[in-house]
Amino acid sequence: MKRLLTILACASLAMTLATAASASTLDDVKKRGMLNCGANGQLPGFGIPDSQGNWTGLDVDLCRAVAAAVFNDPTKVKFVALTAKDRFTTLQSGDVDVLARNTTWTSSRDSQLGLNATAVNYYDGQGFMVRKDLKVNSALELNDATICVQQGTTTELNLADYFRANKMRLKTVTFLQLEEATSAYESGRCNAFTTDASQLYSVRLKLAKPDDHVVLPEIISKEPLAPFVRHGDDQWFDVVKWVHFAMVNAEELNVTKANVDEQVKSDNPEIKRLLGTEGNYGEQLGLTKDWVRRIVKNVGNYGEVFDRNVGQGSPLKITRGLNALWTKGGLQYAPPIR
Amino acid sequence: MTMGVESGPPKVPLLRDPKLRGLLIQILLCVALAGLVYYLVRAAAANLERSHMASGFGFWNQPAGFDISQTLIDYSSSASTYGRAFWIGLLNTLLVACIGIVLATIVGFLIGIGRLSSNWLVARLATGYVHLVRNVPLLLQLLFWYSMVLTALPDFRNSVHLPGGGFLNNKGLFLPAPELGGAGPMVSAAVLVGIAGAIALALAARRKWLDGRVAAGIGVLLVLGLPLAALLVGGGTLTIDYPQMSRFNIRGGMELLPELVALVAALVVYTGAFIAETVRAGIMAVPRGQSEAALALGLSRALTLRRVIIPQSMRVIIPPLTSQYLNLTKNSSLAVAIGYPDLVQIFTGTVLNQTGQAVEIVAITMAVYLAISLFTALLMNLYNARMALRER
Repeated sequence: MKRLLTILACASLAMTLATAASASTLDDVKKRGMLNCGANGQLPGFGIPDSQGNWTGLDVDLCRAVAAAVFNDPTKVKFVALTAKDRFTTLQSGDVDVLARNTTWTSSRDSQLGLNATAVNYYDGQGFMVRKDLKVNSALELNDATICVQQGTTTELNLADYFRANKMRLKTVTFLQLEEATSAYESGRCNAFTTDASQLYSVRLKLAKPDDHVVLPEIISKEPLAPFVRHGDDQWFDVVKWVHFAMVNAEELNVTKANVDEQVKSDNPEIKRLLGTEGNYGEQLGLTKDWVRRIVKNVGNYGEVFDRNVGQGSPLKITRGLNALWTKGGLQYAPPIR
Repeated sequence: MTMGVESGPPKVPLLRDPKLRGLLIQILLCVALAGLVYYLVRAAAANLERSHMASGFGFWNQPAGFDISQTLIDYSSSASTYGRAFWIGLLNTLLVACIGIVLATIVGFLIGIGRLSSNWLVARLATGYVHLVRNVPLLLQLLFWYSMVLTALPDFRNSVHLPGGGFLNNKGLFLPAPELGGAGPMVSAAVLVGIAGAIALALAARRKWLDGRVAAGIGVLLVLGLPLAALLVGGGTLTIDYPQMSRFNIRGGMELLPELVALVAALVVYTGAFIAETVRAGIMAVPRGQSEAALALGLSRALTLRRVIIPQSMRVIIPPLTSQYLNLTKNSSLAVAIGYPDLVQIFTGTVLNQTGQAVEIVAITMAVYLAISLFTALLMNLYNARMALRER
């Protein structure tokens, strides 16, 4: 009995230690020499590996920027492909340090799930895609339609809300995987497919005849997509948040991948603070003075990342819209570095 | 004299008594196990607390807010709760399991007997079926059936118009539905009572308390007459709700989803192959002399099979058949791949996602599958006890 008690005591001690070990994510990442990043894995433009296993995407580049800031090496990231369903559990359990997987920032995710949304890196909204030959011009004409939807998102809720608010009847078919949902849509099981508009464009590209399908103009929900970190580690929360802000500030100050070495010599005080030639704002975050130079040099500013992955430089050709800088009529606005 | 000397077993120190020691060890083990479980639950709760995650079952009565494609009981995305969504998922799972078990048994017996047929073609076809189906993963078969169903059926605009006002297209099968007005609940109750009465009559006839033909007559009268009487008494009017084409869809009537058809087809075909092997094993376990004797008595081949071989082979068949039924029920959770709203899809999928309470929801779902499986096993064990060889 005594022995058993000893074993129990040891086991409980071990478990307490195991759960208390993740005191500082930044220290853990530095010690590990690698950032663990939860990404989509199936969504062109946001997170997808190519045939050689090279990941690309807007969310992917956020993780690369964090790695660049910490290690000065954007390749020190291990990407983990997560489904909509298992993403939060994986972050909560500590298997990834950042969840950058086109995840909508909502109040319940901030509070109930024990997570923190860092900063919005893409302003999205839910939309619909239909076949052109249905001759539907507005989502308000979809009364009685059957709609295919992928599970594990706020999508199902928004969909039901929208139809209820507009007094339309709805039939949904809910799938676990995106592939099955889109192929059911393509086979005619559903009249429309709904998900975030950003995703609709990439899904449309993968259909057999993309030109037979059209994305309707209505956006029925606010979907601010943000990288998430665990609640309770403020330092790490600050790092991830400010990596995004640094990229937006860099775009605003016209600091690009190509000219960053030139800009270091700039006399503009804002650029000096951004690139660490004045002040020690990087060190205050637990990083180095030249953290932004590392990010922009290795990954680029927000505008470059946007264009390369989802914008005019990509097959998706999504316009900046809400994601333009605040100076250009969009919503991307970063607090100043000072 | 030896009267004063104690007979009986020699005295043993208390701790060396094997009986007592065995008992003591078992008690200790149980206490340790209970302690471990208690500790794990406490630790999980504490960890959830520490990471500021919500816990408990408060979500059960919160509004669900999402839509479900097949609901056997009333449900609306605005008014119904997560708890209601759970029951809908459970009923959908049970529906698939019940239909699947009945059909898989029929398929299994036909194929199993077919494999032993003296007809060369039938036997080879049955063998080929078993080998093909048993060796391909079920998920692949499910996806195959689903795309088969969707491709084989015409799209909405080319819907097949069925005689009597039904439609068939790749959104499903739509049939006219009887509407009972206000007498609905009464009629459903009457149907249940009628069926129960008919079963009682069948049992009575089996025990020879009643003439079989009389019992059958009264049974039919009960099943048909009672609901009709209820309808008349309840003051309802029987109207037919015909499905009608709208711009994108078919409205009204009863509908059978392609997802349900594909899921049932995949489960029946797959499980049927395993049941066929069980049946074949059972039949081959009956000594050859039994069929020879039956044939010598002048029984036909069909009668020999039905009255002599199968009843004896059932003793071998039932225990593995139970496992197949359990497999079918558990495999129905693959429904999530093709969009059929079963318990896993609704509850462990959407509800888990919206509430984020993985521990509670997964625990409930596991408990439900355990309960369904134990109940099925209980029924089959009772049946097995009835069929077992009774030594007199």
